[in-house]
Amino acid sequence: MNSKLIMSIAVSASLALLAAPAQAEKVASGLDAKTAMIVKRDFLDKGIAKATRVNQDALQAACSKYVDNPPTKLKAKLEAAETAAIKWPADGQYMGDWQAGEKLAQSGKGMTWSDKAEDPAGGNCYNCHQLSGKEIAYGTIGPSLRNYGKTRGTGEDVQRYTYGRIYNAKAMNACANMPRFGHMGILTEAQIKDLVALLLDPESGVNK
Amino acid sequence: MAIFYQGDQMKNKQIHQAFMVLALSMSFAAVAAESAVTDSERIEQYREMISDGNPAEFDEMRGEELWKKPGGPKMASLEKCNLGKGAGVVKGAYAELPKYFKDTRRVQDLESRLLTCMTTLQGIPEEEITAKPFASAKKASDISSLATYVVGQSKGVKMKVSTKHPKVKESYEIGKRIFNYRAGPYDFGCSTCHATSGVRIRMQDLPNMRSNKKDAQIAYTGWPAYRVSQGLTRSFQWRLNDCFRQQRFPEPKFASEATIALTTYLAVSANGAEYVGPGLKR
Repeated sequence: MNSKLIMSIAVSASLALLAAPAQAEKVASGLDAKTAMIVKRDFLDKGIAKATRVNQDALQAACSKYVDNPPTKLKAKLEAAETAAIKWPADGQYMGDWQAGEKLAQSGKGMTWSDKAEDPAGGNCYNCHQLSGKEIAYGTIGPSLRNYGKTRGTGEDVQRYTYGRIYNAKAMNACANMPRFGHMGILTEAQIKDLVALLLDPESGVNK
Repeated sequence: MAIFYQGDQMKNKQIHQAFMVLALSMSFAAVAAESAVTDSERIEQYREMISDGNPAEFDEMRGEELWKKPGGPKMASLEKCNLGKGAGVVKGAYAELPKYFKDTRRVQDLESRLLTCMTTLQGIPEEEITAKPFASAKKASDISSLATYVVGQSKGVKMKVSTKHPKVKESYEIGKRIFNYRAGPYDFGCSTCHATSGVRIRMQDLPNMRSNKKDAQIAYTGWPAYRVSQGLTRSFQWRLNDCFRQQRFPEPKFASEATIALTTYLAVSANGAEYVGPGLKR
């Protein structure tokens, strides 16, 4: 057997090995593209929920593509971008009124096509978290926040961390389930402060 | 429940009202009790209380009448409708849907297939059906009642949705991607609530349809269902529609490729489970 022939066999064999995963990837990206086309075509405006809502930002696209588990480097990059976009309160205050926060935490309303533009959005907190000991109808998608302030303290660092976490949970965990309440304009700065107080104020039901 | 079969409307209405009163008093009782009972446990109690029947049976009867009665501009019944097992075969058809249909050259779920039959066999304009495809307190939905009838004819049949056809396989793959598709102001996808086992929203238990076979089976075979809180039998397309509403998505077009693909993904995940007939939900 001459060396040329051996060489060409070796090259085609390694090409075949390379082609299998490449082919699978091609199929997958074809399906991704087709899915995006179908979603953009089949979802329509209804009330305040406009069709453009299916257009993904970089974070949503990455979390969808990698089924909430993006490669480490990409995850860090996404988190850095989200962190950089946090708008901190200009007055340097993070705590509002915990009672207003409790009301907000109870409400799961807002931003569906059956809501009106002027209807205020709730915090949806109890849908996923345990908070006040008095509320037994709490969800468990997120961790329990019972005694949040009691166990963490109420120093300024904790206040700032908590504000940031509610403002944009994805800054700490790119594909977290929790909405980006500040970043996406769901809640106002004052409302987020009320939620920080709900979590940290010693008088709040969360810490009683 | 069979004794009410004669279509005694008055009696049906009274029974329906009795169910509503019962449902309301149950929810009041639940609020008053303030015990840590999940909605699922409460529904289980309710199921036992009415174990001799499900109000969805009224919708099944309505659907059966619509199936057999000549209607539409062509004054034809739907008895020649091919749901995948041959013209007019209803028994066991739902357990094999979605499926690829040669005549329409696409994958179809039950409701999109019924839409095809109603437009082609009966000559009803498509927009007339899709303008209001879901039942409301004021008005029943023919396509929804027809779906309830058809699924009832798969009671006790094992779910067996084949992905052998490349188009069904593709539909499954697209459906899986839609399940994981995160978007909108809340970044939600189906996966936000339905990809973890043993969690709940408030007191509502959530099935994990991504990786828990048993959850996926129970969830899929529980629909269509009579919703106690709404006093209406709800179709599978409605179920998806209302999930997307809560995801803060725009509205999925009724019987669209997106909803069919998602249905294919979920139906295949339920394969092997016995279809139990129209369910009963909160």
